[in-house]
Amino acid sequence: MPDSSHKIVILLAGDSGDGVQLLGSQLTQGAAQSGQDVRTLSDFPAEIRAPKGSIAGISGFQFQMASTAVHEPGGQADVLVVFNVAAYVKYRDQLKPGGILLASTDGFDKRSRALAKLAPDEDPLEEARVSFRTLECNFQTVTKEALKDMDLGIKAVSRAKNMVVLGALTWMYAFDYIMVREALANKFSGELAKVNDKAFMAGYYLGETAEWSAFKHVMPSHTLPKGTYRTLSGSQGIAMGLAAVAHQSQRELVFAGYPITPASDILHELVRQRSKGITTFQAEDEIASVTAAIGASFAGKMGVTASSGPGISLKAEGLGLAVMLELPLIVINVQRGGPSTGMPTKMEQSDLMQALHGRHGEAPMPVIAIKSASHAFDVMLMAAKYAMEAMTPVMVLSDAFIASSAEPWRIPDLSQLLQIRPTEADISRMPYERDAKGVRPWIPVGTPGGAHRLGGLEKQEGSGEVSYDADNHQALVQARQAKVMGIQSSYPELTLNLGSKSDDMLVIGWGSTYGSIHTATEQLRRQGHAVAHLHLVHIYPLHPDLDAVMAEFKQLVVVEMNQGQLVNVLRARCPKHMAFIGQTSGKPFDALSLTETLLNTMSS
Amino acid sequence: MKAKDYLTDQDVRWCPGCGDYSVLKQLTEVFEAIGADPDNTVLISGIGCSSRLPYYINTYGLHGLHGRAPAIATGVKLASPDADVWLVTGDGDALSIGGNHLIHLLRRNVNVPILLFNNEVYGLTKGQYSPTSQPGQHSRSSPLGSIDQALNPLTLAMGANASFIARSMDRSPAHLREMMIAAKAHHGSALLEIYQNCNVFNDGAFERFSNKQHTIDHTFHVEHGKPILIGKDQDKTLQLVQGQVEVIKLSPAGDLSQAWTHDIHDPIKAYALARMAGDLRPFGIIYQCERPVHEQEVHRAMAEQGQQSLEVILHAGRIWEV
Repeated sequence: MPDSSHKIVILLAGDSGDGVQLLGSQLTQGAAQSGQDVRTLSDFPAEIRAPKGSIAGISGFQFQMASTAVHEPGGQADVLVVFNVAAYVKYRDQLKPGGILLASTDGFDKRSRALAKLAPDEDPLEEARVSFRTLECNFQTVTKEALKDMDLGIKAVSRAKNMVVLGALTWMYAFDYIMVREALANKFSGELAKVNDKAFMAGYYLGETAEWSAFKHVMPSHTLPKGTYRTLSGSQGIAMGLAAVAHQSQRELVFAGYPITPASDILHELVRQRSKGITTFQAEDEIASVTAAIGASFAGKMGVTASSGPGISLKAEGLGLAVMLELPLIVINVQRGGPSTGMPTKMEQSDLMQALHGRHGEAPMPVIAIKSASHAFDVMLMAAKYAMEAMTPVMVLSDAFIASSAEPWRIPDLSQLLQIRPTEADISRMPYERDAKGVRPWIPVGTPGGAHRLGGLEKQEGSGEVSYDADNHQALVQARQAKVMGIQSSYPELTLNLGSKSDDMLVIGWGSTYGSIHTATEQLRRQGHAVAHLHLVHIYPLHPDLDAVMAEFKQLVVVEMNQGQLVNVLRARCPKHMAFIGQTSGKPFDALSLTETLLNTMSS
Repeated sequence: MKAKDYLTDQDVRWCPGCGDYSVLKQLTEVFEAIGADPDNTVLISGIGCSSRLPYYINTYGLHGLHGRAPAIATGVKLASPDADVWLVTGDGDALSIGGNHLIHLLRRNVNVPILLFNNEVYGLTKGQYSPTSQPGQHSRSSPLGSIDQALNPLTLAMGANASFIARSMDRSPAHLREMMIAAKAHHGSALLEIYQNCNVFNDGAFERFSNKQHTIDHTFHVEHGKPILIGKDQDKTLQLVQGQVEVIKLSPAGDLSQAWTHDIHDPIKAYALARMAGDLRPFGIIYQCERPVHEQEVHRAMAEQGQQSLEVILHAGRIWEV
């Protein structure tokens, strides 16, 4: 059997109010529980409810499932499910020729066509029937019929339409419908639970009665390592990672945030999970959230704050203070399309330079990049380790893609988690007396005999009192830098993500491009090309072995979702020619086109 | 500990004759009086002359960012609700760059006394007009006189629903100590505006309120449950006419039944008093009420909801075995 039959990309699209994201998350959960590996991609407008039926208001959810490991949500879709004509018009070019189009025909009537600004006599389904294998069904009627005993208004009926589609797709891909049903029963309660269950079962039986058997596709199971699994989004990965930080460090945390897309979900998750030892605080603004976190760290808890690019700009002054005070702090940037308000719901990796340099003065700070939802969990532990062991603020880079994308995740064994040993409250040392690693003691408010003053003014080495001495400032600028470089000693070994040092070309990436680059590199290797993949986690300081690894390859290519940021950092260190592939479309790299671009880069 | 034991060995770097010296002195005396524990006392300040104060006091201290002291203090209180946190700030720090943080601290009612040094000028940046500068004030950035309206910290605090609002002065040491002690005793955010003379850039700004010859005509002290009496002969009081405060003569003289009795719990009358920004101004506790304290509410809610272990969090929701 060709490999492609085991990989299916499904794209769901409808009005913001059609419940497409819920449908997507339930469906991928069902797929994962039925033994599929999945990666998802949410595509929603920044507006909450754009005009009904308009193309601007369409929300999409794409996922790739496979019986082998997948690393990205896939490029062109094998299946497109549309709730209305606007959704079809928006996404028709993303459906493979000959792909399956499942259309809810109630959304293709005259009125819907007018809302999508089509000519009155234009019926896009006609063209669709030529290009695609279409499944046409009036889901509104099916839902109405299924719920006829329940005395519901038209709005309530429409809202259950997504459950009918969930049932139909669960049948089509032979997912374990009992598990999906159970999940719905857990998620909803009362009348709504009954409505959703009825609609779901109606959809499940629809396939049989509508004679869609030709479209049924039983997916073989993916063999995953044994263990207990759950699905995890990037925001959940961060929130659970922070819970793990409290557990591993035996320190409580204070998370302070201010609402901003797409970072707000971290606060929502933390509030929901009610983790032992984590206090959450919704501050009045971005500046207050970073400074409250700094206050919490002064008081001996681990201060954490999160935002997106524009909010990080506002926090920049606070980051300078945290560097000066030498207090632990974690700052998470869930990057989005910029500058300014830009594209708040779309992904971009354009804040790397901001993370490295977006402060005043000489203010070095470790920067770590998350590459996937499950990786977010590990990165939070890493960030906390550096922050609490080296007394430094740490910047963590995520993005809009990672925040909402989900994947199956094996729940880790707690005994295997990274060890964190927070700097001790050693009052035998002066507040700025450094240990062998250049780290000052962390003396929380309330420590008997530990009273001391911190401030943004330059300090006298050791005592920490105010000092404007020239030589002292020179020495302390260097001491703060050396301390940050010191975290390199606890880095894990630098290993290639694919390939070996004997390959010709090395593709370097960071952050959420991991899946696309991995898939493209894998494809090239399958075609016989000597290509390796290295995905950087530590952006600052870079891994000490990186230069040596880069030197092993004839050709270097950097792939990132910006106009060339990491590539310029690396070009400054490596004399070799370094090619660059960039994209700032708000969408992830399509693995297929990336494969071609890499191939062209190789032969040139 | 004696008052002087609360001082650090650092050289105090305010200009000679600055009103800040008095505030520092009164604070150390208050610390002695209340037996402040240096291990559990924290002074949080922003930026400006007044905000240097934490360097001179031998407790925990954090000299933070311009305007951000309320947010830093909130973080300290969230992490350590039992710490005795004091906020030290000035008119530019609290009311201009940090205005947002101040109003949110007050509305949340974080349990901190706030020492707001108001000298109606930017001192550390060498003499620009501030948000509390009087219209027409000449300064290095307003040589022809400021055209801005002055912000009144007391009415701002009333608007933010502050639970304690008081005013004192650098030149009234006994009253200042009394107000500091009351602010500390209050359960919640306690805004204490301190008129403080900047003898370099705005000397004499409060002369009519502090010079013994004039003070009787320009000031009056309010005390809960006591009549408000004004003037050398204490023969005048206040009355509220269509929302405005007017000075009236007691008639017949000495008939206290007509006098305005100060009620710190009456928000309407307190607001009327707070609005008195002209030649006659009140000193003392203008307003006080009891309401829930932010950090206690946060921790109470957390305790009520219950906290979950990492093991439980990781396994919450849909899980499956492979």
